[in-house]
Amino acid sequence: MMLYLRLFFEFFKTGMFAIGGGMATLPFLYDISTKTGWFTEAQLADMIAVSESTPGPIGVNMATYVGFTTAGIPGAIIATLGLVTPSVIVILIVARVLQAFRQNRYVDAAFYGLRPCSVGLIAAAGILVVRIAMFRTEFYAQTGVIADLFNGKALLLAAALVLLTRYVKKTKGLHPIVFIFASAAVGVLFRF
Amino acid sequence: MKKLLQLFVAFARVGVMTFGGGYAMIPMLEREIVDKRKWASSEEIMDYYAVGQCTPGVIAVNTATFIGYSRAGIPGGIFATLGVIFPSLVIICVIAGILSNFADIPAVKSAFAGIRVCVCVLIFNAVTKLWKGAIKDKAALLLCLAVFVLSVFFDISPVVFVICCAAAGILFTQLGVRGK
Repeated sequence: MMLYLRLFFEFFKTGMFAIGGGMATLPFLYDISTKTGWFTEAQLADMIAVSESTPGPIGVNMATYVGFTTAGIPGAIIATLGLVTPSVIVILIVARVLQAFRQNRYVDAAFYGLRPCSVGLIAAAGILVVRIAMFRTEFYAQTGVIADLFNGKALLLAAALVLLTRYVKKTKGLHPIVFIFASAAVGVLFRF
Repeated sequence: MKKLLQLFVAFARVGVMTFGGGYAMIPMLEREIVDKRKWASSEEIMDYYAVGQCTPGVIAVNTATFIGYSRAGIPGGIFATLGVIFPSLVIICVIAGILSNFADIPAVKSAFAGIRVCVCVLIFNAVTKLWKGAIKDKAALLLCLAVFVLSVFFDISPVVFVICCAAAGILFTQLGVRGK
């Protein structure tokens, strides 16, 4: 019972303070991971991948997945309800004063500060995924050889993906799911 | 009651057809809510979406709550929200249940090692995209870098950053630092 309450509270907090859509929940999920130990950082990276490749908003998918991993189906339901409760409350309040809210100079000024905050937080959470996916810190700690720190195959794949998702005209508009499945295939073929 | 069920079904359809949330949801809303059911106009949808972006929480959920509320009051807001999260709950529970049984197979491990690299690139792309809309002057750049560095090197809750940055945004605007 305590676990369910804690889950609800943690996701309520995420829903309340994560601003800027899907990926904005990521820093909060990392925070939950380090504080509670319910799931590892590597597991979280996998959950992001699944959330991106299945229907539904990413933020909701991630909450459901984390809740399921922590406490089964009841956990999934409680985490997701926790995530959306602040939204529902805030929107129901704001809906009455929609125009005044949009034009309020303090709201506008707060968001001027919140947008860069969101970018900084997501980038910082991204660094953690990069460390897991592309570096072998444990292997390096054992051998002490600098070259062992880098996961060469992963770095090559990352370089290729940056090119394909951002610069190659034919592929850059494709849905992320295409790249996720391609990366899975590369992972299996080249034994990542 | 019928109205509430209709809202639930309409938003469950939007949830099933949206891959990735955010902007991906707009064409689905146009089709389900504007064209098929005529519950709102395109302009209203864009307004709701804009407010959904600048209120806490997942944008898709905020937009759903908004449309539900404007159509059938508070119960409408709740039913629309439950509709939009319902497909996620079912699909993710099924997939998570299946994957947890296969997680130890070497091929599955390799596949996820490859996928994690892809996730890094997707996060990187999300950051550069958000960067364009967020970093428009020196003060914003400073704020972003400060949050990034502090968050990487210290164990501070994101909640703290969010509250401080909202306050900083108001302060910078009052001081006239904004836009320089």
